Amino acid sequence: MIHDKYNKEVTGAEALILALLDVGVKDVFGYPGGAIMPIYDALYDYSDKLKHYLVRHEQGAIHAAQGYSRVSDRVGVVFATSGPGATNLVTGIADAQIDSNPIVCVTGQVAYHLIGTDAFQETDVIGITMPITKWNIQVTKAGDIAAAIAKAFYIAKSGRPGPVVVDITKDAQFGKTIYNYKKCEGIRSYNPYPKVNIENIKQAADLINNAKKPFILCGHGVLLSGSQKQLLQLAEKGNISVASTLHGLSAFPAQHPLYVGYLGMHGNYGPNILTNECDVLIAIGMRFDDRVTGKVSTYATQAKVIHFDIDPSEINKIIHADVPVIGDAKESLNLLLPLIESANVEERKEWLKRFEKCHQIEFEKVIKTAINPTTPSIKMSEVIYKFHKLSEGKAIVATDVGQHQMITTRYYQFYDTNTNVTSGGLGTMGFGLPAAIGAKIAQPDKQVVVVVGDGGFQMTIQELGTIMDYDIPVKILLLNNNFLGMVRQWQQLFFEKRYSFTELKNPDFIAIAKAYKINGKKVTERKDLNGALKEMLDSKDAYLLEVLVEAEENVFPMVAYGASVSEIILE
Amino acid sequence: METTHTIFVFTEDIVGLLNRITIIFTRRNINIESIIVSESEVKGIFRYTIIVTVSAERIEKIVKLIEKQVDVMKAFYHVDTEIISTEIALYKISAEAINKNELFIKVVNKHCATIIKEFLDYIVVQKTGDDQEIMELFNDLEQFGMLEFSKSGKVSVTKSIKTLSTYLKEIDISNSQL
Repeated sequence: MIHDKYNKEVTGAEALILALLDVGVKDVFGYPGGAIMPIYDALYDYSDKLKHYLVRHEQGAIHAAQGYSRVSDRVGVVFATSGPGATNLVTGIADAQIDSNPIVCVTGQVAYHLIGTDAFQETDVIGITMPITKWNIQVTKAGDIAAAIAKAFYIAKSGRPGPVVVDITKDAQFGKTIYNYKKCEGIRSYNPYPKVNIENIKQAADLINNAKKPFILCGHGVLLSGSQKQLLQLAEKGNISVASTLHGLSAFPAQHPLYVGYLGMHGNYGPNILTNECDVLIAIGMRFDDRVTGKVSTYATQAKVIHFDIDPSEINKIIHADVPVIGDAKESLNLLLPLIESANVEERKEWLKRFEKCHQIEFEKVIKTAINPTTPSIKMSEVIYKFHKLSEGKAIVATDVGQHQMITTRYYQFYDTNTNVTSGGLGTMGFGLPAAIGAKIAQPDKQVVVVVGDGGFQMTIQELGTIMDYDIPVKILLLNNNFLGMVRQWQQLFFEKRYSFTELKNPDFIAIAKAYKINGKKVTERKDLNGALKEMLDSKDAYLLEVLVEAEENVFPMVAYGASVSEIILE
Repeated sequence: METTHTIFVFTEDIVGLLNRITIIFTRRNINIESIIVSESEVKGIFRYTIIVTVSAERIEKIVKLIEKQVDVMKAFYHVDTEIISTEIALYKISAEAINKNELFIKVVNKHCATIIKEFLDYIVVQKTGDDQEIMELFNDLEQFGMLEFSKSGKVSVTKSIKTLSTYLKEIDISNSQL
């Protein structure tokens, strides 16, 4: 009974579980071990209220938590033990930090008196995770656990989200305390929602209203602040073209006439080249990553830049903002919208036509043959385009990292919001499969498809065990070119085709899936592709579709490393 | 152009926060020339004084990142002309060498230094001043046999008259408006 738990003496471990329930946590991804055993013991009595998914490696747990947070408004929660359990989380924590995912990791730690003695499975988790967490804390007393959890969730989720580690010593888990939970409502040294400066909003509105060639770059911040509607209103009211970053995909409907495509190294031709022609660049919740800007010294130098971001340290970090708007994107856009006039309609339509013209060029030179090739071998791009058509742009699409990721984000058109799950900043191979598991658990009614390459799939392939264990109907679309394709592409273009350790001798993936009781099929010929994709999408259970694709397909267009966005090459 | 910047950071009293702040410099391969941490005039709030030599553009970004840390209340940076700073140095000198030399007291007086401890086998001299003054005394005292030498790192205050309490009130007000 909920009301009985307060002011009752419990162990620290039970206090942790109760606090998680009080926060509203429903799902946890984790892996037990010595130093977290009291917590798992307490969980035993609460497994009906707190659903725990036993992954097959801690890295799988944190990527699953990331996928879970990406497609919902919830915080991803991870349990891991001390030492290797915690260090196995490190890649995912770094990934969550750079991609602003709200995650709380609870790690067990050796007893307080053993800390610093090189005890069995002891490692300095706080020290190791300090550079890659938004916040972390070690709890050594049972009585401090509930407050630490309340604070951890508040920090992870508020402002610019990020990962938090709560490291709890084993004696604190065993210790007794009177359970008491108080929601964290604020921290005096922490200001997650800076007050929007109305003067800057007015300046931004002035610039936008007087612009002839305004251009919106929409980033992940739009999704995180839930300002998709405001973005749509801004674009429509002002007739402004919108392009998206990798993480901004699905924030603005891809089928909208004002949507002009995807930015960055392998993005669309128009958005890249016209960045250097617009007169006002309106960046919303994005951080001018080097994969977006190309050569910074030549990036949008002709344009006035308005930069909306909740994180003051992003302003002027890479690109100088003529008008910085610090604050939550939703709040900022709500203040901006009444000041926007539907001015310069004709000029803006002319400007939009420039994007259409660029799209035609890209279509003729790249897209046409990419989605409808005449080569004997299957191209990744045609697979993704067919998948997009069959799923009507409405699936949640997780990707791993590499060529298939760039191809998917190019050729899958995201019609529904919060449907793109990928590792952008860190570029973590092995992210895709566990992230898709987390996404499916958060959105069980949605079709969740993970597109993986043959390299990344094998980095967390053990999570097929998690899929089998919990009957998680994730669809796996494996694009197998028997290469580490992106590295191979760079070797071809920049290292004189010296293919140093990029060719992969692969196992029978379908047999592996079968061993995990996952149904699957391998397609090697174009004529079988459509039917196989349908079968995968229609399957009620998890499914692996392996498609043997062209071994040496390159992803184009491409802004070569160090080149300007206006130097994007099409072939 | 790289110049000397003094950063003041006001923080909560949290285990490991020093590390969280210094790794911002480590990650960017920036050498911290001096760092002092002690409790400020407000109980429970700590004051860091960090000295680094970086460009104006870089320092702005670094200070934003420091301030971004959850347990940091406020961070400021200043160039040398905006602050008043001084340093304390202690010189431990063999008593035996001094006994044989009448010059010793003259040197101490000339540098406006003070003798703060006298023992049978050594004497401790204290000097407050800038780096140049401290090192001039060091050079003059070396002839007597320097047993040990230590300096504090720069302690600084700003020339502006806004107090920490004012800033803290501003933070409280802006938080209460949320």
